[in-house]
Amino acid sequence: MSARGARQRGDRPQAAHAGREGPALSVNGLCKRFGDRVAFEDVSFEIGYGEVFGFLGPNGAGKTTTVRTLGTLIAPTAGTAMVAGIPLTPENGVEIRRRISIMPESPGLYPRLSVRENLECFADLYEVPDPRDRIDRALRAVKLLERDRDLCGALSKGLRQRVALARALLGDPAVVFLDEPTAGLDPVATRDVHELIASLRDSGVTIFLTTHRLEEAERLCDRVAILNTRLRTIGRPAELRERLFARTLSVRTRTPLTDPGRVFAGLAGVEGWRVRAADEAPAPGAGGAPGAAPGADGAPGADGAAGARAADGAARSDGTTYLLEVSDPYAAAPAATRALVAAGADVLSIGEWHHSLEDVYLQLIDDPAPEARP
Amino acid sequence: MSAPVSRRRVGAILRRELRDYRRNRYMLVSMGVIPAVFLAEPLIYVLRLPPSASVPLSHQHQLLYMLGIPALVPALVAAASVVTERAQGTLEPVLTTPVRREELLLGKALAPLLPSVAVSYLVYGLFVCVIELFAHPGVAPALLQAPVVIAQVIFTPLIAAFSIWVGLAISTLSRDIRAAQQLSMLCNLPVVAFAVLTAFNVIHPTLGLAVGAGAALLAAYRVGWRVVSALFDRERLVSARGR
Repeated sequence: MSARGARQRGDRPQAAHAGREGPALSVNGLCKRFGDRVAFEDVSFEIGYGEVFGFLGPNGAGKTTTVRTLGTLIAPTAGTAMVAGIPLTPENGVEIRRRISIMPESPGLYPRLSVRENLECFADLYEVPDPRDRIDRALRAVKLLERDRDLCGALSKGLRQRVALARALLGDPAVVFLDEPTAGLDPVATRDVHELIASLRDSGVTIFLTTHRLEEAERLCDRVAILNTRLRTIGRPAELRERLFARTLSVRTRTPLTDPGRVFAGLAGVEGWRVRAADEAPAPGAGGAPGAAPGADGAPGADGAAGARAADGAARSDGTTYLLEVSDPYAAAPAATRALVAAGADVLSIGEWHHSLEDVYLQLIDDPAPEARP
Repeated sequence: MSAPVSRRRVGAILRRELRDYRRNRYMLVSMGVIPAVFLAEPLIYVLRLPPSASVPLSHQHQLLYMLGIPALVPALVAAASVVTERAQGTLEPVLTTPVRREELLLGKALAPLLPSVAVSYLVYGLFVCVIELFAHPGVAPALLQAPVVIAQVIFTPLIAAFSIWVGLAISTLSRDIRAAQQLSMLCNLPVVAFAVLTAFNVIHPTLGLAVGAGAALLAAYRVGWRVVSALFDRERLVSARGR
């Protein structure tokens, strides 16, 4: 299916921004070429007001160029878009820029000016009424009110990033484009930025978040799109996981099973099994990211001895983990538990294994197929 | 019909630039050294003149020599204007605001114009004061002829404005701050040469010449605005192609 076909809209309740008709961003077949080089092409999506939309992709995928195009800095080669309800045309540039704000990857602050002086300049560029009050509110939001007299050149990278965020809030934007907003921030500052993004979303502001931090996207974004020149996929993180990966049950035993193939063979709903490899990192909130487990893969009825050997190799001090591909974990889990108990296994835990957004990302970025997945 | 220019936005750019100059030691030194050089030479020359020199001096126009100040000071400052912002990454955030190209350019042009014209007038005033106080009697009246003083007052902002458009055009096209400044200075050398040759009466200053030069500068000003406006393309300035 084409990227256009992959269009979806967030259905988050939009109570805070009633009165704003239509999507905050509507992009249709957008394309940008620099001579022969394609920055991005055939990009289509819609984003609702109050939605946090993650825009992911490797370096050079066209993320920043897309943001610049939607921010009227760059003219698209083809395609159409509506930004904050206004058609993306050169004539509408000023009106669009009035309703959006962009925080670029580099904070871009004037180093010889104080924090407040930097913000004063931008408050005047946005022609905000009562700039002093607006600046105070923006600084309070990023917890920098006490540092407003400091020269920006003397601030740490993290603090500069926060000033840039405050600057992005000055114009009371309907859509905020954030390019790597937490790059260089310590965990506390990162948490503050996440809270700020959440509060912006709650007040009806649309956030277009470009990030390489997949756990950040997973945590903050209502939906994500993965771009690699073309849109690879778009959807809610949970949907993408379900779309790309079979559901998996994680079974942990104290010692390796002597014949796991026999234990798992024929279990209702179990379509295959393997031993979790020793180098598989745990995924957030659950087992971990399933990767290759050479020599340990098995469909029901696979060579039990091979499975046992692999299990020996993958055995950890905290037990051995088997990953079962299942159609329905709720039906498969009781059956697996009974089979394990019948086989005399010491079961430590059993639960659903969650693939991370990183798995989705890696799967799609490595996939040479240019078509977007619905 | 194009929307009116927002004075608030122009003012924001202007204030920001002036604040930056004030805190930029390199910029302050540049704004001080060039006028000092253009003040020192005629001052030393005039102060060493004997009283009998007042008659031949009436054929010279030392004051016009100092028109080099409005030619070179704003050239140096304007040449750094855009290229510095691109280098430090501050241009893109500005371009993402509702500021129009004309407002941004107007702010960026006014910022070097005001201090350089002020410095030029200050130096002229200093020169006049010193020769009135310390030169031999007769030298000051011979030098300070009304047409020359009027020409000085009128041509200072005209030359400065021309020099700023040259500097901004080069700054918009450049990737390197120093190269932009050097090129801008070089491009303004013909103006300096014209002023020096006029000062020493190699080019005989007449009313016709003054009117012609003024008209040429005004025409160049209009062309400069159009050229810089055309060069100041958001896409070129933010994308890698423009770097």
